[in-house]
Amino acid sequence: MSDTHAQTVRYVRETMLPEREPPLAETGVIKWMRENLFSSWINAILTIVSLYIIFVVLSAIIPWLLNSVWDAESLTECREILAAQGLSSHDGACGAVLTARWHQLVFGYYPSELYWRPILALALFLVGIAPVLFANLPRQMLLVSAAVPFVCFWLLWGGSVWFPVMIALGFVLGYLAMVLVGKALSPLAGIIAAIVLPILYWIFLAGPLAAAMADVIPLRIEEVQSRAFGGFMLSVVIGLSAIILSLPLGILLALARQSNLFIIKTSAVVFIEVIRGVPLIVWLFTAQLLLNYFLPRGTNFDLTLRVIIMVTLFSSAYIAEVVRGGLAALPKGQYEGADSLGLDYWQSMRLIILPQALKISIPGIVNTFIGLFKDTTLVVFIGLFDPLGIAGAIRASTEWNGIYWELFVFIGLMFFIACYSMGRYSLYLEKKLQREHR
Amino acid sequence: MTTLTDPPKDRFRFSQLIYDTRYRSITIQVVALVLIVAALTWLVNNTVENLEESGKTFSFAFLGQPAGYDINQMLIEYDNQMSHGRAALVGILNTLLVAFLGCVAATIIGVFVGVLRLSKNWVISRLMAVYVEGFRNIPLLLWIVLIFAFLSEGLPQPRDFRGEDPAASMSVFDSVAITGRGTYIPRVGFTNSLSGNEAVAPQEGMPPLASGLVDWLVIIGVVIASIIAMRYVSARANRIQQATGERPNTLWPNVAIFFVPLGIVLLLLGATISQPYLRGFNFTEGIFLRNSLIALWLALSLYTGAFIAEIVRAGILAVSKGQSEAAFALGLRPNRTMNLVILPQAMRVIVPPLISQYLNLTKNSSLAIAVGYMDVRATLGGITINQTGRELEGMLLLGGFYLSLSLIISAVMNYYNNRTKLMER
Repeated sequence: MSDTHAQTVRYVRETMLPEREPPLAETGVIKWMRENLFSSWINAILTIVSLYIIFVVLSAIIPWLLNSVWDAESLTECREILAAQGLSSHDGACGAVLTARWHQLVFGYYPSELYWRPILALALFLVGIAPVLFANLPRQMLLVSAAVPFVCFWLLWGGSVWFPVMIALGFVLGYLAMVLVGKALSPLAGIIAAIVLPILYWIFLAGPLAAAMADVIPLRIEEVQSRAFGGFMLSVVIGLSAIILSLPLGILLALARQSNLFIIKTSAVVFIEVIRGVPLIVWLFTAQLLLNYFLPRGTNFDLTLRVIIMVTLFSSAYIAEVVRGGLAALPKGQYEGADSLGLDYWQSMRLIILPQALKISIPGIVNTFIGLFKDTTLVVFIGLFDPLGIAGAIRASTEWNGIYWELFVFIGLMFFIACYSMGRYSLYLEKKLQREHR
Repeated sequence: MTTLTDPPKDRFRFSQLIYDTRYRSITIQVVALVLIVAALTWLVNNTVENLEESGKTFSFAFLGQPAGYDINQMLIEYDNQMSHGRAALVGILNTLLVAFLGCVAATIIGVFVGVLRLSKNWVISRLMAVYVEGFRNIPLLLWIVLIFAFLSEGLPQPRDFRGEDPAASMSVFDSVAITGRGTYIPRVGFTNSLSGNEAVAPQEGMPPLASGLVDWLVIIGVVIASIIAMRYVSARANRIQQATGERPNTLWPNVAIFFVPLGIVLLLLGATISQPYLRGFNFTEGIFLRNSLIALWLALSLYTGAFIAEIVRAGILAVSKGQSEAAFALGLRPNRTMNLVILPQAMRVIVPPLISQYLNLTKNSSLAIAVGYMDVRATLGGITINQTGRELEGMLLLGGFYLSLSLIISAVMNYYNNRTKLMER
């Protein structure tokens, strides 16, 4: 066969041709553009329309930012400088409002000689939160994390050091009670003692003890009223305390809602639905107007504290729903497996169910936190000076009357940075905890 | 020899209440109940004492008293001599109006952006990502304030429309005037109105027009009847297709069924479009949409639209590729694949979070306070409380309104979830 073939074919190529360059339309930028931007006429129209939108937006914003004036005492001076360059007042930003008033936007009315305190508190907080967020740091740092809330409280509000110390002592007392009573009597008695003893201690002993210690060794720094808190500091204080407090509360609520015990379950459902059914702003007004009705006569406590409590309760209901979603998403086999190993309820939750359920709910939990942080802007309506409230106050001053965009852009940018990085962290965590191979 | 031993008959011991799993759950619940009841009693007791202290009684009688304040946007008749209850109702309708408009717009924006974000077109998917991240990560309140400032500062005032060579002109065939005070859009009036309202000529040279609830109810009724008839035609076509394999054409009958009765009714009523026009220093006629409404509407729908876009994207991605490949392998055409295979599965993922976004939007509409839109929080929860000093009752009613709204919506959602959920053990 091969012989005949050789005779019929007149020419056989024995060497390979050199590889040729692909056609120009099939390589590099042109190929990419053809495939990604102009693959069909609909795509081409979309591309052109979106390029036009981008052009319009950028051509409005970039000159405005580039022409901005950073050194002026008031809006009129700002406009004069712009006019001297032959520009109208809309052609350039007046960034001077930020250089002149940034300290108010960041710290509110906190005394300026004490700015080091919130800054130090933030730095301490970052040190404390690091071992919680990143697992590869040494575990001993968690002890620092436990102490950080009390130190931060002391730094921000000031006053005698003994008050936060005595409060912290309550937690130590609870832990000791659980270990000692648990060993001496029974684990259940240990838990009951760990709850009852600290509460009794906080109500009856902590205050007088702190006062007595303050008399003996007066370790105090200048006190700052929470009225002076404002700007991003206020948002961060409210947001972070609510985030830290609402996570455990939300998990407990979710477990209560999933439990078999009728009364526990019903009360959790009622609490969650009532909280979630009503807008935060109504809850804030409740905290402002109605809390005095619900508490014994004569009690009158700090508005900022009330807001923190309300925001905590509010977001814990949302966290509870997210965690419940995670609990429900676990296959039943996990619950049954935990039961068949002979684990009791808390053991099975702690060792089997919650680690998996929380992993599933991470995106939802972080989204709730982002929402909570954004919602801290609502406190402006009950008279606290969050960044928007400060912006209003700046606009009300004679120097900066009539300024809008510069303040809003700055505030928006700050919120964007904070919330976007939280979202990125949640993606990182999701990826790190991903155990399935897909 | 068998011996039967009875189980040991122990007397009930108190320690069983804690250690025996049969009784423990009861113990825990009783303790919890006692604690909850004690806490509630304490709160109610404090409230009663505090009310007595301040000399107030707990009563809702203030709802019947004359309100004495004006509301600048009302869907039903209202003046300041009417009761606080009526004012609250006006506020409720305003809340529902902005919530409804917002839900519709947010859904449209969200679906478009969600689909475009999955597009292979690099530029548009990035642009949509920027939109979504921008709106999701910046507080809604800031957006509302920003958009309101833009509308009132950046748009021309009505006086700019005046003169020989006006600085601004009306858009959409000279029928819509977008001004810094608000937007004027044309309204539809009827020459043969059934409502019995007094007919007024909107402009010289135009026939007298009136409109009322009855006219619109008639029109809505005709549209609903047409839709039912259209469904019947489609069902009949399906039956014929099942029996014979031939599907009769349904497009033209359906178009006719929808438009012909509607056209006849509109003709009989004498529907006429009346456009806004300048009189003096302001526009008259047409429907006036305040900037507060527009800013709130835009901000709510753009903000919620960003969230809905993410939901839609997740829903589409959740349907695995194998599903559409299997449908193609069965010989289904692309549009049938979309309708019968992809959408039902994607909807199961999309609808529950979508409805909770609607709920969020409705609750977020209480941010109307930032732009002075007169929603229920502004009327019942704002001015009424300030005038009557009934904080407790007012806040209870306000909370009750939002709560019942959200319970109704969650009930709908639970019904849907139960109907579409996958069956498990």
